[in-house]
Amino acid sequence: MRGTPRKTTRAAAAAALLALIAAGCSSGEARDADTVRIAYQKFGTFIAMDSLMRKVKEEFEADNPDVTVELNAIEAQAEDYQTQVNLMNGSASEAPDLIYQDTFTINQDADAGYLMPLDDHFDAWEDAERFNEQEAEAVTSLDGTRYGVMLGTDVRGLWYRTDFLEQAGVELPWEPATWDEVLDTARAVREEFGDEVVPLNVYSGTPAGEAASLQGFQMLLRGTDDSLFDESSEQWVSSSTGFTESLEFVRTVFDEDLTLAPQDALDANIGTVNNEERFPGGEMAISLEGPWATQSWIEDANRPWPEWEDHMEFTPMPTRDGQGAGVSSMSGGWALSMGAHATDPDLAWRVMTHALNQENAVKFAVEGGQIPVRSDVAEDPGFLEAAPKAERFAELVDVTGFRPAYSEYPRVSLAIQEAMEVVMLGEATPEEAAELYARELESIVGPDNVTDGS
Amino acid sequence: MAVTTTRDDRTTRKAEAHRGRRWALSARWVLPMGPALFLLLAFFAGPILWTVWASLTNAALTGAQAAQTEFVGFANFERLLADTRFREATLLTVLFLVGCVFGQTVLGLTLALLMHDRHGAVRATVGAIVVGAWVVPEVVAGFVWYAFLEREGGFNSVLGFFGAEPQNWLFTAPLLAVVSANVWKGTAFSMMTYSAGLSEVPDDLKEAARVDGASSFQVLVHVVLPLLRRTLATTLLLITLQTVQVFTLIFVMTSGGPGARSTTLPLLMYQEALRMGDLGYGTAIALALLVVAGLFSVVYVWMLSREEQR
Repeated sequence: MRGTPRKTTRAAAAAALLALIAAGCSSGEARDADTVRIAYQKFGTFIAMDSLMRKVKEEFEADNPDVTVELNAIEAQAEDYQTQVNLMNGSASEAPDLIYQDTFTINQDADAGYLMPLDDHFDAWEDAERFNEQEAEAVTSLDGTRYGVMLGTDVRGLWYRTDFLEQAGVELPWEPATWDEVLDTARAVREEFGDEVVPLNVYSGTPAGEAASLQGFQMLLRGTDDSLFDESSEQWVSSSTGFTESLEFVRTVFDEDLTLAPQDALDANIGTVNNEERFPGGEMAISLEGPWATQSWIEDANRPWPEWEDHMEFTPMPTRDGQGAGVSSMSGGWALSMGAHATDPDLAWRVMTHALNQENAVKFAVEGGQIPVRSDVAEDPGFLEAAPKAERFAELVDVTGFRPAYSEYPRVSLAIQEAMEVVMLGEATPEEAAELYARELESIVGPDNVTDGS
Repeated sequence: MAVTTTRDDRTTRKAEAHRGRRWALSARWVLPMGPALFLLLAFFAGPILWTVWASLTNAALTGAQAAQTEFVGFANFERLLADTRFREATLLTVLFLVGCVFGQTVLGLTLALLMHDRHGAVRATVGAIVVGAWVVPEVVAGFVWYAFLEREGGFNSVLGFFGAEPQNWLFTAPLLAVVSANVWKGTAFSMMTYSAGLSEVPDDLKEAARVDGASSFQVLVHVVLPLLRRTLATTLLLITLQTVQVFTLIFVMTSGGPGARSTTLPLLMYQEALRMGDLGYGTAIALALLVVAGLFSVVYVWMLSREEQR
């Protein structure tokens, strides 16, 4: 009998433990209405968003003492970042109120019911008219609902080291008119510097991820007569001359050893290494990149390169034979969006507009190497002074193209990266790789949704 | 009659008392087991059942399918069988498994044999070094091997001493690289179990064989190894189950590349479920992985039972 009280205590303890566990498994505590949770990416050289959000938190909390801005910086590559945010979105109690979001994922996330429509909030905002047409297109879903406000956009083109090209006998400023001229310049650099300098970087293969697909392949394809997605018939283009020509360019670059060795090119950190080490260290001459490369060189960078303006210049990537507009560019861009489960949408919107106001937009455009989408930022003297190449980038805004923002896109993009990879490794000819892609594409989007290109 | 009735009553009462005691007895076992049972059901059986269910749906991380998940029957498995990527990954998984299990067994057994009957200090030193590799977290082991095998790594410095050109081994021989790393990490486990097994081998048997004129090698092959067979089979089963699910090491070293040349099933599963957001298809791959591990287990169990029948 003496054992009984002890047993009862034990049983009670066990029951309490069970209850605790059960409680832990259920939906969890209710969210605090005065807390605004922001999820954003912080990775490698990209620290501009972190710096902006810290500033927003400090200012907003100072003005609104009862509000807490909870920063959730996710340190991951773009693809992993999206996965993590999607996992958070899957649970109402974990979902962020504000999300830093790649605009091309807006359609999928809106379909999934993760995002809050923002039409009413945006229309009532006095700054709304400052935003340009391009911005509205990028954050509006296929059914015409606005799901975010864009922070900035970008373009793509060639960064090159003026001193290296000059030494290789190239006339400056370098303005290549065709792909062949780009390749000839790379050959000249190889001849002049031998193994010391990597003549030309074109992102390629699966480890580089979206960079290979967008900065690499789609920049090339944009310079041909074909495209990835046929807007008029709303079908994906399975095989086209342009597709093969783009892969042909990739093959030439790797076959003739005008770029990194495949084993160095197939490194997930290639972008960071190129911009933080290879350019400043004088190991690379040309790279098909975007304006954001300057983030690796400015004062706030991990390894500042104060002299970069004396060495680096930006020039548009020509189309294959100089056709069309003569130059090509692709654009992406990130936005702030609001989670569908935001505890207090009006409060979240106030935090959002604070992050997007003129002053902060200038800061982000400068530090993040962005092309502004607000007219009062593009004309801001502070921005023009701090972003010395801004006019060069702005030239491309009229010719730039966008990714097809359908939910199949990530899978299609991977198929492109794989096609590039077999070509760069010499495992398949461009024709064979294009065929591989055509087959893969058909299995991704279905045979009814593909069409032939030229 | 009366006597019988009393006896019957007594038996019934006895039986009742017995039953009551049994209840009390089982209650005494079940109640304390409760939390463990609950945890097991919630965190082990639950996820497995969820995986089976998810593999029959088009569950996704985002897109319309995330909002409205539908039952699709065996569509994911049909897709699996037609997927060349899946076939390649299965082949790589088997190669990785065979390479690791073979390397680990040979190395582990050799070490155990060499250490057996050695001086305590020798055993302690060698043991500490080998077990050190096992204690190191997988992520750290992955980085160590990455640093060792990359172009500017230690392995190339050693080879460079003999005049070989440096190369990135993670690129030129990705599967071999991850197999070596996993063998390096897992050998300690095999070594420890074999050491334990060896100490069970009676000395008088070995002595007798030696007296009969058997050489050390003959003693090993005809006396020690046959007695070790059961330990061998159990260890093989355990390391197979450990190896088939290796993710971190490969992910850190090669991320499954270059191309898909080191993409084993766990990496493919990760890519499909989390990178592509296709949870339904990813979980179907997870079940396929279970089948691979299960097949190997069946082979070992069969080997073991055949051994016992002899």
